[in-house]
Amino acid sequence: MVDLIVFLTLLALGFGVGRYNEARHYRSILRREALYKTPLVIPEKTPPPTVPTPKTHLVSGSVVISVDYFKQVLAALRGIFRGRITSYESLLDRARRKAILRMRERAHGMGANMIFNVKLETTSISKGSKGNTGSIEVYAYGTALIPPRDAMQPS
Amino acid sequence: MLISNLEIVPGKRVREHLGLVPGSTVRAKNIGRDFMAGLKNILGGELVGYTELLEEARQEALGHMQEQARSIGANAVLNVRFSTSSVAQGAAELFVYGSAVVIAD
Repeated sequence: MVDLIVFLTLLALGFGVGRYNEARHYRSILRREALYKTPLVIPEKTPPPTVPTPKTHLVSGSVVISVDYFKQVLAALRGIFRGRITSYESLLDRARRKAILRMRERAHGMGANMIFNVKLETTSISKGSKGNTGSIEVYAYGTALIPPRDAMQPS
Repeated sequence: MLISNLEIVPGKRVREHLGLVPGSTVRAKNIGRDFMAGLKNILGGELVGYTELLEEARQEALGHMQEQARSIGANAVLNVRFSTSSVAQGAAELFVYGSAVVIAD
């Protein structure tokens, strides 16, 4: 009986707070994505040859993010029936966008206008209850191209 | 020392290839023991402490790689890649590798 109460409390907490947190997180991601337009993220391997030659710097951004309890239970249920686990899709989406955002913010701070050869790496960090994925880490990295100071005019 | 994950350096020429240089660090990352992390596993959200921990570990791995590149006389490391693998329960290895080169104008 006590177990059931604890379970239901956790479920309700996960549902309420988790949902609120996700909505807030998405709002902040959308706002910040609109804020930084300048460092373009390009997964191309080699930058085009340009004159004047830019300086390069390795930039990265990472985020460790956890799924809430309600979604963990939902995903476990989905595991029985098969099909898309939308609760994890939004988790991964949020993590990737946040990691890319952090990378871009750092590149922006250096005065970069492009980031080339962007790679994304995803790792599962911990197992939650019943062996489900609890938290994931996304690491984004690439090379920022910083145009020389005397050639800052937009092309 | 120039670190880049491009294969070339804009405006510079690779004069000499010195081979692969790796750098790695193994960190414990057991989230289950951490109270805040346990809470976040219920409520959802970012685990700021772990983001910082892993960031710091990657910087350390990068440092090891740079040291090695310097010791063999390189002045840049190109084509850098990061990789993470879980070695044991609750521990992760953060690995970074690239090719050490000598660049000149």
